[in-house]
Amino acid sequence: MNVKMKLFSYNLVDTPIHKLSGLTKLICFLLLTFAVMFSYDIRVILAVMIFSLGVLRLSQIKFSQIRLMVIYVLIFLITNAVISFFFSPEQGVNIYGTRHNIVGLFSGLKLTWEQVFYQVTKFFKYASVIPFGIIFLLTTNPSEFASSLNGIGANYKAAFAVALTLRYFPDVQRDYHDISLAQQARGLDLSHKAKFSDRFKNSLLFVIPLIFSSLDRIELISNAMDLRGFAKSKTRTWYTSKKLTGQDYTALTISALIFIGTVCVSVFINHSRFYNPFI
Amino acid sequence: MMNKQAIIEFQDFSFQYYSQAAPTLHDINLKIYSGKKILIVGPSGSGKSTLGHCLNGLIPFSYKGEIKGSLKINGLETKEQNIFNLSKMIGTVLQDADGQFVGLTAGEDIAFALENDNIPHSEMHERVNKVAQMVDMQNWLTSSPFELSGGQKQRTSLAGVMIDDVDILLFDEPLANLDPATGKTAIEIIDDIHEKSKKTIVIIEHRLEDVLHRSIDRVIVVSEGRIIADMNAHELVSSAILTDNGIREPLYVTALKHAGVKVTSEMLPGHITTLKTEFSREALNIWHNAIKADDRHNTNPSILKMENVSFSYDGIRQILDNVSFDIREGEMVSVVGKNGAGKSTLSKLVCGFEKEDRGVICYKGEDIKDKTIKERAEIIGVVMQNPNQMISKPLIFDEVALGLRLRNIPEEQISERVEKVLKVCGLAPFKDWPISALSYGQKKRVTIASILVLNPKILILDEPTAGQDFRHYSEIMEFLVEINKLGVTVILITHDMHLMLEYTPRAIVLAAGRKIADTAASVVLTDARVIEEANLKETSLFNLAHMAGIEDGTHFVQGFIDYEKRMKNR
Repeated sequence: MNVKMKLFSYNLVDTPIHKLSGLTKLICFLLLTFAVMFSYDIRVILAVMIFSLGVLRLSQIKFSQIRLMVIYVLIFLITNAVISFFFSPEQGVNIYGTRHNIVGLFSGLKLTWEQVFYQVTKFFKYASVIPFGIIFLLTTNPSEFASSLNGIGANYKAAFAVALTLRYFPDVQRDYHDISLAQQARGLDLSHKAKFSDRFKNSLLFVIPLIFSSLDRIELISNAMDLRGFAKSKTRTWYTSKKLTGQDYTALTISALIFIGTVCVSVFINHSRFYNPFI
Repeated sequence: MMNKQAIIEFQDFSFQYYSQAAPTLHDINLKIYSGKKILIVGPSGSGKSTLGHCLNGLIPFSYKGEIKGSLKINGLETKEQNIFNLSKMIGTVLQDADGQFVGLTAGEDIAFALENDNIPHSEMHERVNKVAQMVDMQNWLTSSPFELSGGQKQRTSLAGVMIDDVDILLFDEPLANLDPATGKTAIEIIDDIHEKSKKTIVIIEHRLEDVLHRSIDRVIVVSEGRIIADMNAHELVSSAILTDNGIREPLYVTALKHAGVKVTSEMLPGHITTLKTEFSREALNIWHNAIKADDRHNTNPSILKMENVSFSYDGIRQILDNVSFDIREGEMVSVVGKNGAGKSTLSKLVCGFEKEDRGVICYKGEDIKDKTIKERAEIIGVVMQNPNQMISKPLIFDEVALGLRLRNIPEEQISERVEKVLKVCGLAPFKDWPISALSYGQKKRVTIASILVLNPKILILDEPTAGQDFRHYSEIMEFLVEINKLGVTVILITHDMHLMLEYTPRAIVLAAGRKIADTAASVVLTDARVIEEANLKETSLFNLAHMAGIEDGTHFVQGFIDYEKRMKNR
């Protein structure tokens, strides 16, 4: 298996983050995400962001592993910022109740400090959630993830389907790779030289074999699962589930405190979800 | 013993899939007693897999159909049970150890049945460890399927069904995806478990000789949905049942027959280890000395040459390490070696899918370094192992025409070339058929035809006969011989030792990325060092030679090959 296929997938490394149970990581992830989603206070958001980058470092995830994901996220955030500016350029003024113009753009469109502040806050708000998502995905064994989904009440069949998808993803990826090579050898041109319409039509030529070979796989796996009693009772236990340890409780406590902290900052200090430096 | 109840009992049992016009199984009457080890053999489509599905409950609970008569396991009528109850009595190891690997690690996969039974976490781990020890997998519990060998995956599957302490173990074609040495070990593991646990064992397989590596209590032969023989291995091998029903007899038995020996059950011919050679020694010697060596040598110019080629995906582990060879025009060569030895990478380099790090690949003496995948495809065709991975059109004609259409060749030329190839491949009568109506072997032909239509000078086939019974195997291989006679150089990547012996005069053996042998198949399969390094198995012909007091075993094996060739008039 080449290096590319290891991308985006779980790697076992001996760090405190990897040792936490999947359930803990899921709950912490949800708590911290809610915390930043709730607050529009840039001080809180930056604090959480620094914390999340610290945890990212602790979990020994290399930048090369996540570069692609980071690039996509940045593109998405920048597009989002531009579009939301053009759709509601007065959002900042509406929220903060003051107007400090920086520069007038065309046809009455004005850039204000309020708008800049609002959009910067929003940018960091989204950006600070990303490291948690990455940490969760890359440090949690997919089966453990399934068991933790089941642990917070999701149907175990649905949870297992998630794990199974991750189990077979590399297989299907390899099939796809082999099929596309074999079809190229028959003369299929997938390079940029071919016309777009041709490329679209040609892509069917390896999607169809991919579907058929995947269907073979599905029949086999569902037989294997039936024969070993999958779905016979309403609940199931998990080989990979971990008992919560002291470390888990510490992590849960820290996350809960951060969550409560952000809510308190909003309620008692800002008296709103927004932090307003303009008054 | 007389009053003992059978653990498996078929009584006037018939089964018809709802999707089929005629029953697949007819009037099956069969009793299997507890603790026995049974082999069920039969050609593809004989109904032997259906029989297995009836035992484990996939029939009627997953595959629907009409059952007549009765099938009892442990005295319980199976159709009144459900698949879960049956899975507590009979554990099934399916043929594709990779595809049935449900867990992300070996440990998880073994634990799967326990998870579904809501066994508490600590007890589960304890039981997994215990079973893993029985199949010698205790050090691999945290490994993912990608890190395990084929044999290890199979042992994981075995542990996964043994964990339930079932009474019966059912193996559905356990040898299908294994290399010869791993297959031999698999049979030994099954035998050891039988010895230790006294469980009832049912093996469904068409590779008779490989299963008979260890003892078997009874062999049941299935053909066209009926049981046509139920006897011990010695009686079966000395009868005409095998050859009449398209099942390959052990190679040493074929050799004995060639030597004019009448094989009888008194000679205990069921296993090479039990065979008594005192009756046949003389005949074998006379026959062996009378064979004239085949001295035709290929003196054609070189068509494909590799010089000191090395390749690595990550720059650390060498997949190919300084490999050189020279294949001449019109040769038929096999490339062998265990999984991961570099066989597939070799074909990827030749086709241009990957680029060699060092070394030169030449076509007719010309370096092909600068040729693209598409340009190389004009001279080199690859046929993948699984036809479903290649077929992308619903109709045979369109599938075969695809490569030409992508090259924008005029339609009237296309139909001419396609028709010609379909005729060569014996597919002309099916020209307008949907591909879905074809058998596996026919689909394989379609994929070969779709490559041949491009007029390649070299044809590379990856495991062309994997999972094929003897009849289909012979059909595909004879067909390739025909193609080869038309002047196409054929390179076969394979595990199959029969294929090497019978069809390719020359074998290139890879181990850990290095070429460790490049010589006659008869030499490869009798050289203990090469056999060991490449996970092959000594051919039983070699053992037979020794038992008959013939010193030069390799010469005997080569004599056998030459004799067979002459018989087939090749």
